[in-house]
Amino acid sequence: MSERHFVRDLSDLPTHGHGPSNLTWWGTMGFMLIEGFAFVLAGFTYLYIMMQFRHWPPGMPPPDLTWGTLMTAALLLSLVPNVWAKRVAEASDLRGTRRAVLVMLAVGLVTLGIRGFEFTVLNALWDSNAYGSILWTILGLHTVHLLTDVGDTAVLAVLMFTRHGKDPRRMGDVTDNALYWNFVVGAWVPIYALLYLVPRFA
Amino acid sequence: MGPRDGVSSSELRDGPSLGEEDTMRRLERTWGTPPGLWGWLTTVDHKRIGRRYIATGFVFFLVGGVLALLMRLQLAQPENTLVGPDRYNQLFSMHGTTMMFLFAVPIMEAMAVYLVPLMVGTRNIAFPRLNAFSYWVYLFGGVMIVVAFLMNTGPETGWFSYVPLAGPEYSPGKRTDFWAQMITFTEVAALAVAVEIIVTVFKMRAPGMGLNRVPLFVWSMLVTSFMVIFAMPAVMLASSFLIMDRLVSTQFFNPAEGGDPLLWQHLFWFFGHPEVYIIFLPALGMVSSIVAAMARRPVFGHVPMVLALVATAFLGFGLWVHHMFATGLPHLASGYFTAASMMIAIPSGIQIFCWIATLWDGRPQWTVPLLFVVGFVVIFVLGGLTGVMQASVPFDLQVHDSYFVVAHFHYVLIGGAVFPLFGAFYFWFPKITGRMLGERLGRWNFWLFFIGFNVAFFPMHLLGMMGMPRRVYTYPAELGWADLNLTATLGALLVAASVALFLVNVLVSLRAGRIAGPNPWNAGTLEWATASPPPSYNFAHIPVVEGLEPLWDKAGPLGMVHGLRVEEREVLLTTVLDAHPDLREPSPRSTIWPLLSALAVTVLFIGSIFTPWALVWGAVPLAVGLVGWFWPKRRHVPPEPVVES
Ligand code: HEM
Ligand SMILES: [Cu+2]
Repeated sequence: MSERHFVRDLSDLPTHGHGPSNLTWWGTMGFMLIEGFAFVLAGFTYLYIMMQFRHWPPGMPPPDLTWGTLMTAALLLSLVPNVWAKRVAEASDLRGTRRAVLVMLAVGLVTLGIRGFEFTVLNALWDSNAYGSILWTILGLHTVHLLTDVGDTAVLAVLMFTRHGKDPRRMGDVTDNALYWNFVVGAWVPIYALLYLVPRFA
Repeated sequence: MGPRDGVSSSELRDGPSLGEEDTMRRLERTWGTPPGLWGWLTTVDHKRIGRRYIATGFVFFLVGGVLALLMRLQLAQPENTLVGPDRYNQLFSMHGTTMMFLFAVPIMEAMAVYLVPLMVGTRNIAFPRLNAFSYWVYLFGGVMIVVAFLMNTGPETGWFSYVPLAGPEYSPGKRTDFWAQMITFTEVAALAVAVEIIVTVFKMRAPGMGLNRVPLFVWSMLVTSFMVIFAMPAVMLASSFLIMDRLVSTQFFNPAEGGDPLLWQHLFWFFGHPEVYIIFLPALGMVSSIVAAMARRPVFGHVPMVLALVATAFLGFGLWVHHMFATGLPHLASGYFTAASMMIAIPSGIQIFCWIATLWDGRPQWTVPLLFVVGFVVIFVLGGLTGVMQASVPFDLQVHDSYFVVAHFHYVLIGGAVFPLFGAFYFWFPKITGRMLGERLGRWNFWLFFIGFNVAFFPMHLLGMMGMPRRVYTYPAELGWADLNLTATLGALLVAASVALFLVNVLVSLRAGRIAGPNPWNAGTLEWATASPPPSYNFAHIPVVEGLEPLWDKAGPLGMVHGLRVEEREVLLTTVLDAHPDLREPSPRSTIWPLLSALAVTVLFIGSIFTPWALVWGAVPLAVGLVGWFWPKRRHVPPEPVVES
């Protein structure tokens, strides 16, 4: 204890970085892995149940294409402002980040609205049969992710306009939030294929 | 933080210009937990949370043990009337559930919560607030299921709750719903810890601790955490399907509407089989630590040991179907899974061989931790043999759901996990408390456990082959099972006596045990480089690692880096592969919000047992909790970043 044998001074190390040198980046990746795998398992369940039926969907029309397809388009387009949000945050551009977060909040609210309509045209109820059950569950699971990210964006938006917005760590929060939104979009594409296209073309 | 002691700066760093006494005093003020109840509720110190996680896990072991004793007393003689069939159903379900979900997995993770940050040489675990949150969620879920059990609403359909038995038709009432939500609680807690451990190991290792210098226990916890990440979502999904079938009439498991009970089995065993390895791999890591320290040499074959851990994890996921041989799978599939089940013997064999070689080559001291290791090897090998027997489909069909199976999995679980765990208790108790556990009581503890365990469980193999099914609350005298059952019960009582001795040993040693000093076993890994018990900040200066066993590899004092802030909580991040210093990262202070968020989660989960709307209104307090958690609370933006408390 008393003998000190210093070999290197680390005072000059930076106090924040971007991407994989950050702890939160790894944490977000960890939770994306968990949730992503839950989606995969839910997808397998969908296919497993599909094998129990001779007709798919069983005796009911598949979900209407309109809202689901609109959702896919909206989410894919949202990647543009999302990448922008990430860029301005990484450049520590406070004014740009404030605007980008507001835009992403609006985008999030629009997708939530579309999701509301999606639920009205599924053409099956959760308790009709196992098909309806897994359909509602997967869509519900994805909605929980949407809600989480929109909620997070809303809190960030408020925060950015308080004096705490100037803290460099807020920029890190914005990039992490953008990462998570990518995940929400990335998860949706296969889900869309599974819920909307498989019943039509498989 | 304002100016203090004339030195005015939150920028103050550790290093040559700051005296050692002064450094330690300041670090203690920065990292210490405030005294009293408030401090207790708000701490984010991985050691305090780890300690309470371990203690709580042990209490659940005692609870599960009492339930086991009640079962054994009931079965001690034929046609006994101590407990009736309904109560017995709850007893074995609650015993299995408690042991698997509330004791075995959490206590292994708890040991890691305490040890991993010390072993990699950092000041706290990654995401300390999440760690506190995880503990509270685990505690509340565990208390919930015990209270439900005491109110005659305990789980009743076995620890794996097969449908249709667990479905709405055959398990009316709330019993199975409480079981399903208990799963959600414990899995949320387990997943949180898994992420913390992975990130701690990847990003917070001391400079120089490249991946090739990571201690085997840390490796085992890393691999385990990945297994948790892939296994737990399956059971959470399954239990959510189950509770939805029961509460909102989804049809996942209802064959009349296209559902399938076998879906439950697939999802459950996709988790349940790896679960055994999630319990077993940390135990292997513990054994490696003990063997190396007692043999005074690094474990023979470090690289094969790591590869064996990884191989076990992969095989663990390929094997779930062997629990379903009795469901009539296609022949080819059965053949594949039989072969795979037998293959898992190979990595286990490699590890056991490496330990024996290590002891052979070293100068082993036969202390109590090492005794438990030997007990583990003996029992586990026996359990492995009966496991390989069952991996053959025809034999499995014969003994399926008999006491042979009960004997087998207790050999594997108790031999493979509980014995190493007790060894680990004796080994790390001095680090955690500063005092040694008594050696003489320890030997009694060991021998009573070893003998009692075999007396209790060996006869169950025979009972199984004589046809005694598991999960029966009694049996008629004519079947001739009485003597073996009585023997088993006596064995269980011996085990109980042994555990009681352990508790006595702990209580006595806490007051009057020999003072341990920093490194009582002369072991080589970093947790022994600091005081026992370690100060709140773990290390006054972050050590530099130059080998696999840093305390052995260097003749002189350990090298260290300096330059971390001492008036703010700060940790060092390093690169993933080589552990080069990368960033200085602020770390959170004590905070009440993880506890409040955990309470909100508890209201939501328990509420949803009674109404699905709890998911809606329960989300409000949860959102408040999470916003409070992340919302910045300081008046001034400090010159260098800090994390909010
Ligand atoms: C230490 C003393 C223990 C005793 C005397 C004991 C006794 C028993 C008995 C008699 C049963 C069978 C009940 C039946 O099928 O009717 C049982 C089941 C079980 N035990 Fe233990 N046990 C002990 C420790 C453990 C431990 C440490 C674990 C896990 C880590 C464990 C996990 C289980 C599981 C998973 C079941 C199956 C429950 C079910 O059928 O759903 N037991 N135990
Ligand atoms: Cu298995």
